[in-house]
Amino acid sequence: MTELRRRSFLKISGLTAGGFFIGFNFTGCKSSVDVKAMPTEWTDINAFLQIGDTGIVTIFSPNPEIGQNIKTSMPMLVAEELDVAWKDVMVKQAPLDLVKYTRQVAGGSQSIRQGWESLRTAGATARQMLVNAAAKSWGVDPSLCSTNEGIVSGPDNKTIGYGELAKLAAQEPVPTDVKLKEVKDFKIISKDTKNVDIEGIITGKSLFGIDTKREGMRYASVLRPPSFGQELIAYDDTEAKAIVGVERIEKFGNKIAIIATDTWSAMKGQKALKATWTEGNFESTTFHDEKMAESLSKKGETKREDGDTAKAMKLADRIIEKTYEAPFLPHSCLEPMNFFAHVTEEKADLYGPIQTPDWTRSRVAELLEMEKEKVFIGMSRMGGGFGRRLYGDFALEAAEVSKITGLPIQLVFSREDDMTAGTYRPASKYKFRAAIKDGQMTAYELDGVIMNNGNSTREQNFPACCVENYKVTSSNVESNITTGAWRAPIANFLACAEQSFIDEVAEAVDKDPVAFRLELLERAKTNPVGDLEYDPDKMIGVIKLAAEKSGWGTKVGNVHQGFSVYYSHNSYVAEVAEVAMETGSPVVKKVYCAVDCGIVVNPIAALNQVEGGIIDGIGHAMYSEFKFENGRTTRTNFDKYRMIKMSEAPEVETHFVQSENDPTGLGEPTLPPAGGAVANALYQATRQRHYRQPFIQDISLLG
Amino acid sequence: MQKFILRVNGETKEVESHSDSPLLWVLRDHLDLVGTKYGCGIAQCGACTVHLDGKAVRSCQVPVSAIGDSKIKTIEGLSKDATHVLQEAWREHDVPQCGYCQAGQIMSAASLLETNKRPSDEEIDTAMAGNICRCGTYLRIKAAIKTASSNL
Repeated sequence: MTELRRRSFLKISGLTAGGFFIGFNFTGCKSSVDVKAMPTEWTDINAFLQIGDTGIVTIFSPNPEIGQNIKTSMPMLVAEELDVAWKDVMVKQAPLDLVKYTRQVAGGSQSIRQGWESLRTAGATARQMLVNAAAKSWGVDPSLCSTNEGIVSGPDNKTIGYGELAKLAAQEPVPTDVKLKEVKDFKIISKDTKNVDIEGIITGKSLFGIDTKREGMRYASVLRPPSFGQELIAYDDTEAKAIVGVERIEKFGNKIAIIATDTWSAMKGQKALKATWTEGNFESTTFHDEKMAESLSKKGETKREDGDTAKAMKLADRIIEKTYEAPFLPHSCLEPMNFFAHVTEEKADLYGPIQTPDWTRSRVAELLEMEKEKVFIGMSRMGGGFGRRLYGDFALEAAEVSKITGLPIQLVFSREDDMTAGTYRPASKYKFRAAIKDGQMTAYELDGVIMNNGNSTREQNFPACCVENYKVTSSNVESNITTGAWRAPIANFLACAEQSFIDEVAEAVDKDPVAFRLELLERAKTNPVGDLEYDPDKMIGVIKLAAEKSGWGTKVGNVHQGFSVYYSHNSYVAEVAEVAMETGSPVVKKVYCAVDCGIVVNPIAALNQVEGGIIDGIGHAMYSEFKFENGRTTRTNFDKYRMIKMSEAPEVETHFVQSENDPTGLGEPTLPPAGGAVANALYQATRQRHYRQPFIQDISLLG
Repeated sequence: MQKFILRVNGETKEVESHSDSPLLWVLRDHLDLVGTKYGCGIAQCGACTVHLDGKAVRSCQVPVSAIGDSKIKTIEGLSKDATHVLQEAWREHDVPQCGYCQAGQIMSAASLLETNKRPSDEEIDTAMAGNICRCGTYLRIKAAIKTASSNL
């Protein structure tokens, strides 16, 4: 595969290129950019990079790519310290190898934060080996040499390229005390760097798991229990087997696989299967609501307690109590779940879209009763992840079907399979109470309840430390509906509920929402109540920046602003949403966003993440309604489940806090504040508060 | 299975498939043209958009038996050397995040620009209403369409 790509580069490098080589200037073909020839020989310097004899460098991107653009930004860190020109870099997805690489996971917005040191060190180490090799060949001390864009310079104007040095450098001892660049010396980091896979994406190359083709491969579709909790009793495959292209039908566990020569035949086969399932009274949204309400009426487990909220409530002039709720949500990755597996006696080869390749590898090994060393998992580009691809259920299914049939299997979910067999964002409810005494919030209570997901709160987060009396409890309702992480877990709705409530309290004490938040944070900053686990200064910083840039408090006429701020994934984000009334309906027109995520590694891609997170957050807060009836969802495809459209996406104006701090998360943190900013702006426009997502349910009632 | 002769991206191809098979799966599974994506199978997401005689259609809804002599154009055939004005604009704006929906977005936009070289914001919204992007790259898609329009 690799060799093929190299040859194809050789052949076409003067005209166009495959999806991986950055050096070519694609825009206009009038480039005078110095394009290096493709190497004929490559030297491995370390696990992250190879240097070719012409000076082209291959950098291996260790983590799975789900659209967070890690395949570009991680290699940028290596290239920066290697001190090579980005145009001379080729990027490849690294294999799964936890000896060579650490944490090959896409999750928690942690790839850059946790790879920040190791990736730069890999580049710097290689650079030092190149310098040492050059110095040795010149008979000078390495300290007399410097590097720039892939060339080592020494005394007497001596220069030599990395390509020529690579073999010698590989024989140098690996230095253990390399010095990393200072921020002011960055040449690649903080420069707009375009997506390394863009060519493949815009020309329709095979990049995604679902595009996989292998010799002898068959397609599998799986019939799963229609309702959570159902068991398979019997099935009749007479009609399914009669479909041309359907080759085998195999029961495994509680499911049935249809193996066919092509996807359409497999999907037809699934529809033609007649299965009987156990009957029963399975879970519905009404049941979930009752269970959660019941749970909320009792206090859950105390997660944090400062002072005495009960006493403060008794002494209060006024108590504000509000409850907010949100439904289960499917992930709706545009690429439905799928995976390739070929299991033989000797080994198991798997390939596809997976956020947790190593964990999945362990689970496949366990399932197949095979040594982990014999299980191989390759990482494809992913058509979205959002947490769904943390759970390798689809990879395990592919492995099991391949083991049963002995065939190389590409297992594909239909959209209906994807939406009905999810690991959903759990439904949750949050009840807040605030005590008001002499115009101040003297106590703050939050009781959270969530379906099947453990802790429903982020109890150490704002407004902890801001209020004298503070108590957060959480309870969990068990369910047989599978749940899991969904972009910005917990925060994705908790932030909306909390920031909506903070606005209600601000209104009750007759304070401006921004001024009220700043006042609360002043307490956390100067005299925090209890343990402080976030940085009030950073939170204040983004609040002030968002307020300033949005002209907070100065807008007149048909511009209604709503504020929201949230800390998640180690980053601070404040947002101001603007809503206008158009022919009687509220429309979200614009969102201002202030972000403190430390150093912005790749501004052009960072802006994309910010805008995407906000639009995604607004879309799900406004439009996406999901329900269960008798153990199954009725929202089985995009005709019955609404995703945000282009016309509904507001303009986004982003401002990053200038920072020299190490980078923090960005794939998730702009989503949580979006719902609250919109809810608060909707209130300003319509005087209606929104207590349940999606807001559209109640906006429709308005009309 | 039945034999069909299809005219795809300027070439004539013979395929054997179910007569009710949507064009989408014939392109992907039989002709190895995997740039056209499966997203929903019911014409609600736009990932499978191709051109049939120059018009954007959802290939998941077009049975192969209904195509006849119509000319099919997929993302792979949008331009010879990836220099379609929209592909250039997509590069300039660095549009994609995950990238999965983008071929469908580009094909819908290309069809729009064929008939309307200077679409207004509202006309872009209308033409693109059937293309979903969960990553939320809508702002860049729109900006890229406008850039492409101004370069026509």
